[in-house]
Amino acid sequence: MSRRVLLCALMLILVASTVSFAQNQLIIFSWWTAGGEEDGLFALYDVYQAQHPDVEIVNATVAGGAGTNAKAVLKTRMLGNDPPDSFQVHGGSELIDTWVKTGYMEPITDLWKEEGWFDAFPQDLIDMISYEGEVYAVPANIHRSNALYYNVKLFEKYDIEVPTNLDEFFAVAEVFKENGIPALAIGSRNLWEVSHLFESVIAAVAGPEFYNELFQGKHPWTEPRVVECLKILGRVFDYINADHPTVTWDQACGYVLQGQAAMTIMGDWAKGYFTANDAEPNVDFGSVPSPGTEGIFIVVTDTFGLPKGAPNRDNAINWLRTLGSVEGQNGFNPKKGSIPARIDVPTDPYDVIALSTMEDFGKDVLIPSVAHGSAVIDAFASALNDEMGLYIVERDAEKSAERLEMQAQDLGLR
Amino acid sequence: MTSRQKERLTSFLLLLPSIILIGVFVYGFIGWTVYVSMSKWRGMVPDYTFVGLRNYATLFSLHRFRVGVKNNIIFTALFIPSSILLGFFLAFLLDQKVKFEGFFRNVFLFPMALSFVITGTIWAWIFNPQAGLNVLLKKMGLEFLQSGWITDPRVALYSVVIAATWQMSGFTMAMYLAGIRGIPLELREAARVDGATEWQLYQKVIIPLLHPITVSAVVVLGHISLKIFDLIFVMTGGGPAMATDVPGVYMFMATFRQDLFNRGAAIGTIMLLMVAVVIVPYLIYSMRTEVER
Repeated sequence: MSRRVLLCALMLILVASTVSFAQNQLIIFSWWTAGGEEDGLFALYDVYQAQHPDVEIVNATVAGGAGTNAKAVLKTRMLGNDPPDSFQVHGGSELIDTWVKTGYMEPITDLWKEEGWFDAFPQDLIDMISYEGEVYAVPANIHRSNALYYNVKLFEKYDIEVPTNLDEFFAVAEVFKENGIPALAIGSRNLWEVSHLFESVIAAVAGPEFYNELFQGKHPWTEPRVVECLKILGRVFDYINADHPTVTWDQACGYVLQGQAAMTIMGDWAKGYFTANDAEPNVDFGSVPSPGTEGIFIVVTDTFGLPKGAPNRDNAINWLRTLGSVEGQNGFNPKKGSIPARIDVPTDPYDVIALSTMEDFGKDVLIPSVAHGSAVIDAFASALNDEMGLYIVERDAEKSAERLEMQAQDLGLR
Repeated sequence: MTSRQKERLTSFLLLLPSIILIGVFVYGFIGWTVYVSMSKWRGMVPDYTFVGLRNYATLFSLHRFRVGVKNNIIFTALFIPSSILLGFFLAFLLDQKVKFEGFFRNVFLFPMALSFVITGTIWAWIFNPQAGLNVLLKKMGLEFLQSGWITDPRVALYSVVIAATWQMSGFTMAMYLAGIRGIPLELREAARVDGATEWQLYQKVIIPLLHPITVSAVVVLGHISLKIFDLIFVMTGGGPAMATDVPGVYMFMATFRQDLFNRGAAIGTIMLLMVAVVIVPYLIYSMRTEVER
């Protein structure tokens, strides 16, 4: 009998302890677990902790590239009515369509006014995180999707210029092909890398306006300009590495670094890969906007918002305050290898490449990235990935366009 | 209450918790999944509007799903016979009174102790065209055998079958070995006395006696094969160009990447039906033989 009493007491203590410790915490959900990104996140925590020393931060991370695993976990948490205090989400469609329109988020427009952020962030970016006049998130960082990385020594060896448009790209690619070097390294292991390349091609061939309209569902996928973009993408495939299905984006960067391929088109987080491997900017590797996209900035942005029913709402609001502050932006971004989303911060913690990206960010046309969840709902981005996986093998532009149109209609985009 | 009634009541009460748990968490959720598969639920807000079989009609019109079903059928048609033949062959070899039989038995059985995730990762390395098998073949002067194992859409599915067979043939070997050992020695002796050759002995006596084991193995392998997800997800992710895509992978993608909960549920229901086609006849068969006994 006494044993049973003891057991009951133990269970009560267990239950009580889980309840009583759920005090004054801040639960931050993200997929930042690797190298620089984790350092950046911890730097942000330090800033927050300095202002709010009595709050215990719970670092709820789920590892996995591009947040694919984390997003699945987040969805089950939210559906199960167990939201974190704040979570990482790509600005644009992923935020608005997945979480805001479905009523999971609280607007934070008042916080934006209070902090004077409407003057600190660019308008194109604010539009990406707003819905029906209310703002729903704070952008932590900016990455550029349309960047071309190249091996400086290879270009010197064959005495050729880095291509600035698609015609030059194909001319250069031909030279490398004749010398037995794949001009463009790409990894299609996770398929989003191909969509990533495709968004740069669409922006270059059809322009930013058409790009936006296409992903807003204003044009059918079967229309000639889309088919044209697909055909040009198909021509690019003539110059890629043969083992692309087993390669990931960072291995593709490795091919460029080791001179096994001349160029790769990847977001500017690739810079982190190069510098982490002791490569020197403009000596070992260089970076320019991807061919034909000068003046266009395809934005990838991580944001944090305020879910309804956040267990520690006040702490969460303070977290957003920290995130949007100059101190927070400059604590996080130099370590993450991204640029700040604010355009009014001191520039001294940033390197040469980041500075030129910041300059472009201030003056270019900003359009949302497709491959990184900002331009279009996840469901379609995922279907696009599948289709790219088929297209890279089948190379039938008309057929792919038809299937994409079917998907767009089925998913209610058009 | 007689003691017999009491006994019945106790056994019923002892079974009750598991009946309730299985009822809710297995059959309850199967019913729930079927219900969701006929709803409009897409995105983060459940919408249970009934739409009948419309989701199934859409599903069968989708290129990816049709390719997936076709791949799964090919995969199953290759994986089951190869696992069974290889497993039987290994059991046959081990039955020849080899030395260190215990050691070899463990060696062949060991892959089964690994999870499909590990098998998938390792075989993805082995089949990497720049490393692994291709390098080995080159060193051996067998360049003509080199292949784009998991990068070439024409051969990727077969590479996955090889990995799955490697994992599961140890299991069929163990089953067959137990079966062969269970056959009374007198039967073999009698056959030999009657002048049967070793070949005839296997053909006419041992293999027919192993029939129930073959049926069990086909059922176990069949349900693994039709529900396959982890091995393929890790090894190829369904690529290249959907060459190894199966409904299990698409179910995960549709549900958790695309938020198409109704489509995910519909795929799950169809997978259940596919497995039921294999399992239900087996259940009927085994119940009948039990009654006969």
